[in-house]
Amino acid sequence: MIQYGVVLFHTTSAVMRAEKLLIKGGFAIKLVPVPRQFSSDCGIAIRFDWSQHEALKSTLEKAGIEYAAIHFLDSKSA
Amino acid sequence: MIYMDNAATSWPKPPEVIKAMTLALEHAGGNPGRSGHRLSIAAARIIYDTREEIADFFGIIDPARVIFTSNATHSLNLVLRGILKPGDRVVTTSMEHNAVMRPLHRLAENGIFLTTVPCNRDGYLNLRELEQTMKTGTRLVVILHASNVTGTIMPIGEIAAIAHRNRALLLVDAAQSAGLIPIDVKSLGVDLLAFTGHKELQGPPGIGGLIINDNVDISQIEPLICGGTGSRSESEEQPEDLPDKFESGTTNLIGVAGLGAGLKWIKSRGTINIREHAKKLHRNLLEDLSTIPGVRIYGGTDSDNNIPVVSFTIAGKSVSEIGMRLDEEFGILARVGLHCAPAAHRTIGTYPEGTVRLSPGMFTKLEEIKETARAISRIAKS
Repeated sequence: MIQYGVVLFHTTSAVMRAEKLLIKGGFAIKLVPVPRQFSSDCGIAIRFDWSQHEALKSTLEKAGIEYAAIHFLDSKSA
Repeated sequence: MIYMDNAATSWPKPPEVIKAMTLALEHAGGNPGRSGHRLSIAAARIIYDTREEIADFFGIIDPARVIFTSNATHSLNLVLRGILKPGDRVVTTSMEHNAVMRPLHRLAENGIFLTTVPCNRDGYLNLRELEQTMKTGTRLVVILHASNVTGTIMPIGEIAAIAHRNRALLLVDAAQSAGLIPIDVKSLGVDLLAFTGHKELQGPPGIGGLIINDNVDISQIEPLICGGTGSRSESEEQPEDLPDKFESGTTNLIGVAGLGAGLKWIKSRGTINIREHAKKLHRNLLEDLSTIPGVRIYGGTDSDNNIPVVSFTIAGKSVSEIGMRLDEEFGILARVGLHCAPAAHRTIGTYPEGTVRLSPGMFTKLEEIKETARAISRIAKS
């Protein structure tokens, strides 16, 4: 079973920028509503395969895309 | 019908623009960044892709430094009201539109010092005079890139150098120039660029923007409007993140979609080709008008230093009569009067009567310019 993580951003603009970059980098991602347990924001987050979380973090950081937080999604919330 | 009023708003619009707007409404009708469902995401993508297009078009790297507004007036107000504090000095020119003059006059009532550098009768700015006017403590220089009355192009790069030598920021009103003249804010040194979507960027009315160059510290700019952004919703404080700090309220998705398609249309034609076409329109219009007895043309005659906006009067005829006859007898649509720029008309000596303004656009054919000149010649005779 795939285990998922989710990365949250401060702006929708950053989500869109990150989405393009991650797809280009070959990451398996999906845009999802921000899970309520992590934030009360009304926006979008990026769900990813947790096994790629280190690579994803460094890809975002290298591109200078600021993110708010990265969380592991347990099976109940995924 | 011949449309000669592109400086007011461009018409017709490329079919791609209309199509993109319809598609956005049909297939991406969600609220960008507010929800996580597919229609909301589709809307957010259109907005982000257009942000990237605009960033690329004006030569900045970070798309978050493209702020969507309603129009150039909104962008100019955002900067002028957001940056200037009582005691600050702001320098502008005598060719400005009321989009700059009115907010500045309002601010001057509240303790901001306003200096207006006079331009000559052709609308050109004397750079030495600008340099002399700049005193220690000048916070901002605000100037239009191209005049909506005479078409005069200001030397923005040199003005930026003068502003920066005197530790001031430069705000450029590119309402008339964006889409007609290639603008690279980085190489020109423009700190803040206000543009509108509905003129030569070929978009619809109701969408515009502000470019904030990398060097500008955004904590210096107060937002004009505060409210919901879809981000940091737990907080009742306005966020500092870009672009959200300056984009409260639901974005004009349809406008953004149309503007994005307009930019693609311009890029596919090539900004250099568009500039050459604009020069040709200007040259032809001037040549044809200058042979008509009784016609007086205002502003410079060098097509390299003008966008295709030409102001004229006819001896012994009121401008409103000329405008009405052009429309009713010849189906030629022009704009007469002061063009929301009384200062510019004082500068060129046409206040308060104003001028008749002809502004051909990207869809104007050279034959239509000939036909316009023939009509003006007939009006001048009778």
